[in-house]
Amino acid sequence: MDKIELGQHILSRYNEDLEQLRTDVLQMGGLAESQLRQALHALATSDSSLATEVANLEVRVNQMEIDIDDECNRTLATRAPAASDLRLVIAIIKTITDLERVGDEAHKIANIVARRGGLERGSVDGHRIVRHLGNVALELLHDALDVFARLDAPAALAAVRRDRQIDEEYDAIQRQCMTFMIEDPRTIRAMIDLMWVARALERVGDHAKNICEYVIYMVGGRDVRHVAIEDVERQLEAHAATAAAELAPSAGTGS
Amino acid sequence: MNVDANPVGAAGAPAFAARVPGAPAEDANGNGPASPRALVQDLSFYYGPNQALKRVNMPIADRRVTALIGPSGCGKSTFLRCFNRMHDLQPGSRYEGSIILHPENIDLVGREVDPIDVRMRIGMVFQKPNPFPTSIAENVCYGLRLRGMRGRVQLAEAVERALRGAALWDEVKDRLHAPALALSGGQMQRLCIARALATNPEMILFDEPTSALDPIATAKIEELIAALREQVTVLIVTHNMQQAARISDYTAFMFLGELVEYASTAKLFTNPSQKRTEDYITGRYG
Repeated sequence: MDKIELGQHILSRYNEDLEQLRTDVLQMGGLAESQLRQALHALATSDSSLATEVANLEVRVNQMEIDIDDECNRTLATRAPAASDLRLVIAIIKTITDLERVGDEAHKIANIVARRGGLERGSVDGHRIVRHLGNVALELLHDALDVFARLDAPAALAAVRRDRQIDEEYDAIQRQCMTFMIEDPRTIRAMIDLMWVARALERVGDHAKNICEYVIYMVGGRDVRHVAIEDVERQLEAHAATAAAELAPSAGTGS
Repeated sequence: MNVDANPVGAAGAPAFAARVPGAPAEDANGNGPASPRALVQDLSFYYGPNQALKRVNMPIADRRVTALIGPSGCGKSTFLRCFNRMHDLQPGSRYEGSIILHPENIDLVGREVDPIDVRMRIGMVFQKPNPFPTSIAENVCYGLRLRGMRGRVQLAEAVERALRGAALWDEVKDRLHAPALALSGGQMQRLCIARALATNPEMILFDEPTSALDPIATAKIEELIAALREQVTVLIVTHNMQQAARISDYTAFMFLGELVEYASTAKLFTNPSQKRTEDYITGRYG
C-alpha cells in the first residue's frame, strides 16, 4: 500500500475530521515557519520588535499543538482508526511535537536578538556566518511541510538526505567559532551567541528531517528512523521492484 | 492472495515445523514462532451450484488465535464450518481441496474421515449461546457421555476442570444442577465454551461468540480466549474488527469467497499489503 487516500470513508464525518486534522497541522506548520523566518529576519536586521512578534507567534503555535493533540485523542477514542488512517493520526501526533520545537528554536534565536540586540558586528560579522545555515534550515522546513501536504514519500527521502548538509554546515560554523575565540578572547561572548543560533538552526533541520520520516511512515508504513538513508533507498527500490512484478499480468493469478 | 508459498509435503514433517508465513520471530507474549496446526490447501466449497469458497490456502497456527474478518457473505462462516464438517447435512454441498490437521496429517474434509471424530477434536461455539435445556453439569458432561465416560467422580472432575477452564466455576459451583437456561447470556456463552472444552479438543471454532453479549460479558469471553490459546488453537469469526485486533495473533481477510490477505494481526491492522484489506478495515468498503 503505497498510496494513501483520506476520503471515501463510509462515514463522511470521518473524512472531514481527518481532512481537518491535516489542514490544522499544515496551518501550524505555516505558523512555525513564519516564526523561524521572522527570527532570522530579526537576526539579520537586529530588530528587537520583530523578536517580540516571534514570541507572540510562539503562544499560537503552542495552543495549536494542544488543540491538535486533543483532536487526535478524540479521533483515536471514537473512531479507532486502522491502517493508513492510524498511521496518519500517529504521524500527526509526532509531527506537531516537532513543529512546536521548531517554534521553540525560533524563539531562542529571537531571544538572543531581544537580549543582546542581535549578533555583534565588531571584528567578525556573526550574521554573515549563520546566514546560509539559516536559509538552508528554513528551506528544509518548508519542504518538509510540502511533502507532508502532498504525502510524497520519495521527496521526503530526498529532504532527509539534505539534513546532512545542515549538519556539515553546523560543524563548519563550530570550527570557525572556535578559531575566532582562540585568536581573540574578546569575541568569546559573541561567538557563544553565534553558536547558540547555529545550534538552534541545526535542531530545526533535525525536526524537519523527523517530519519527513513521519511522512515516509505515513505513506508506506515503513519506519525509517535510525536507519541509514542508503538502506532506506535500497528497501524502497526493492519494494518498487516487487510491486512492479505483482502488477505484471502473469502474476495476477489470485490465490 | 498474499500468503507466502508454504512448503507442504503430504507427510511433511518439515512443513508443520515451518514457520507460519507472516509470523514475527516472537509474538507479543514472547513466544517463539508458531508452527501450523492445520493447513488449508486449495479449499473450495459449493452450496449446490454456488461456489462459496474459492481455493483458499492458509495455515492455522498452533496454539494461537487466528481471526477471520470480512463483510457479510464473504464466506468466513462457511470456511469456519468446514473445520468440523457442519455442512455435511446440507444437500448438494461439496468440498474440494483439503484441510490437513497435524501431526497425523488427516484431511478434515476427506470422505474417509468420520465427522463425529472430527467434532470430538474440534469444538465449536456459536453466535447465540445454545446450551441444552438441562442442568449446567449435564451440559458439560454431554460430549463425555457420548464418548462413553460413565464414572461419577470422573465426570465430576471433568465438569469442574471444564468450568474452571471457561472461567465459570466460581459463579456456578453451588448450583451445578440448576437449569442452564437460567444463566445470563454471558454465562451461557461461557457454559458453551466449557461444553466445548470438556472433550479436550485441539482446536475451538468461534462463530461471532460475543455479538449477542454486553461489553462486560464480551471482555470476559475475550479474556478467556486469550487464556485458551495456551492449550488450544483458536479460530474465530468476528464482525468486530477491534476485537480481532485485540485478541488474535493472525488475521485473515476474506472477500467474496476468496482469501484476500493473511498476515500477523499487527501487520494487517497497521500496514496491510492489499488495497481491499485497507479499504475494509478503515471503513472505506462499499
